[in-house]
Amino acid sequence: MTSADADTVARVTSSTTAGALAELPPSPAVWCSGLRKRYGRRTAVDDVSFSVARGEVLGLLGPNGAGKTSVIKMLLGLVRPDAGEVLLLGRRSTDPRSRAAVGYLPELFRYQPWLTAAEVLDLHVKLAGADVGASERRECLARVGLAQRTGDRVGGFSKGMQQRLGLAVALVARPQLVVLDEPTSALDPVGRVDVRDLVLELKARGVAVLLNSHLIGEVERVCDRVVILDEGRVAASGTLAELLGQREVRLHLADVDARAEERMRAAGSLARSGDWFTVALASEDDGVTVPDLVRDLVALGVRVHAVEPVRISLEERLLAVLRHEVPGHQEPGHEEPAGEEARHVTELARSRMSTASPSTGPTSASEEDT
Amino acid sequence: MIVLTIAGLTLREAFRRKVVWALLILTVVLLALSGWGFSRLIGLDTELGTLTSGEARLVASMLINLIMFGFSLIAAIGTAFLAGPTLAGEVESGQALALLARPVRRSSVLLGKWLGLLTFGCGYVVLAGLAQLLVVRGVVGYWPPSPAGGLALLAAETIVLLSLALLLSSVISPMASGIVAVGLFGATWVAGVVGGIGGALGNEGVERVGSVSRMLLPTDGLWRGAMNAFQDPSALIQMGPEGGFPFLSDAAPTPAYLAWAAVWVAVVLGLTALSFQRRDV
Repeated sequence: MTSADADTVARVTSSTTAGALAELPPSPAVWCSGLRKRYGRRTAVDDVSFSVARGEVLGLLGPNGAGKTSVIKMLLGLVRPDAGEVLLLGRRSTDPRSRAAVGYLPELFRYQPWLTAAEVLDLHVKLAGADVGASERRECLARVGLAQRTGDRVGGFSKGMQQRLGLAVALVARPQLVVLDEPTSALDPVGRVDVRDLVLELKARGVAVLLNSHLIGEVERVCDRVVILDEGRVAASGTLAELLGQREVRLHLADVDARAEERMRAAGSLARSGDWFTVALASEDDGVTVPDLVRDLVALGVRVHAVEPVRISLEERLLAVLRHEVPGHQEPGHEEPAGEEARHVTELARSRMSTASPSTGPTSASEEDT
Repeated sequence: MIVLTIAGLTLREAFRRKVVWALLILTVVLLALSGWGFSRLIGLDTELGTLTSGEARLVASMLINLIMFGFSLIAAIGTAFLAGPTLAGEVESGQALALLARPVRRSSVLLGKWLGLLTFGCGYVVLAGLAQLLVVRGVVGYWPPSPAGGLALLAAETIVLLSLALLLSSVISPMASGIVAVGLFGATWVAGVVGGIGGALGNEGVERVGSVSRMLLPTDGLWRGAMNAFQDPSALIQMGPEGGFPFLSDAAPTPAYLAWAAVWVAVVLGLTALSFQRRDV
């Protein structure tokens, strides 16, 4: 082979490699596997694995002491995990550069009280090594409602205003991943709506968000996926459609015979309580299953008194999972195909969970938190 | 870059929290009082008769050491109580969370804090010490044999103590770290005095107390070096070698001792970095 041939081969190989790399999906914003943390004899986090795709909003739910904040701190390198691995935006979390495009609002939000709001932002822009101009910083403060307080010392701020400042700090360095730990704990109802809009705005801009919140309504409105932690373990995870999507229909019937029951079973798994029958349906509404079922039942001589659609709320789902009334639910293939490692995470989570039959219950309004 | 940003932040904290202004006022008052006191030395009637200007200079050289000890004490307590809250306090309050979640190495943050505190502590002792020397020169006409060396040793003493306070604040609570650092500083000074008395009495065992404590925590050794630089050489001849007198020193520190102090600071800083690196915040 001549040197010219070798050059050609090298060029072709290099362009093929570059092309293959470009075609790969971007690494997830967050990928963690097998995270464990013990504080003395208490296990705070036990084998937690999940991932957050780019541009995705993931809600972290769970009761107090479930390990949510510990998980977040391990992701950000603030707490050393006893075991497990974390990748942030494709880099190992042990490398500080993995946090270059990460914004974080801690649950315990405290900023230097002797600095002004604008100075706190200046400091964080410097620490992040970002090139953010003065006008963009001012806009950021205005976005969280602190436009009039930029020159005031943080020491004189109320808790709610400090949390707003924390949001600005999380957003100022043009992050690709924003981690919000209880972002509305000190905010008034208007502030909560602001945060919700902000998260939706980030999502629209393709910024991934990891949101830890007790306000289930908040999570239900903005999150694409939810991970429920309980006693340091992943109790359930999935998209909202997967966690809540299994619809049911309750039917009040008379004159039901074996053929009618057979017909109902054909539509979905059946539960009976006196004259009330509950049929679990597939999560996707095809628009014909319920009308066809009613038509066929009538044709079979069944007297139909009532047909009630049932859809459970995230709150009910969460409570059911935490009370171990139903096992966690996870549909296959919900994880972003972010590579072998991400698939491994899915498998890990899946191996602990089995698809459950849906719980029953009437439709109820989800928690109104705003 | 990160180191300088954090160092600047630490200095800004000292200014904004009015530590600098409080120290400035305290120092100006001390300087004024000492100037007045030194001016009273000349022509002072004692049981032995009126002090001549030469005798006054001799006494002044010893009093300088007493006042410098006061300054080093202020710097020691100031930096120890600033260093405490700077690591442990920020971790306790939650201020460290947002800061350390940035793309920064903890060792850079630590080094920045150390540099900021060092600038503050050393700046204080050098400026206050220099002002004191000028006051004494103006009033009594005494100028120490090695003012720059003395001030540098005072600054080094401050660096040793603030490094210790930083190490302590990375493992114990902010208040406890300040108390322990200042307590150890005082204990080493006392051990040095005890060692001096042992030397005067010819008791090797007691003398060793001072030598060992000077190795364990080099503040006292550096302080003795500073005294030696400030005092009038004739004072030693007049008063005899040390003789247990705590404000006279018979020798400058050896280069080996200075090297040990530098190694000590590096080791303590390394231990602090290791402890801070492993700490959950």
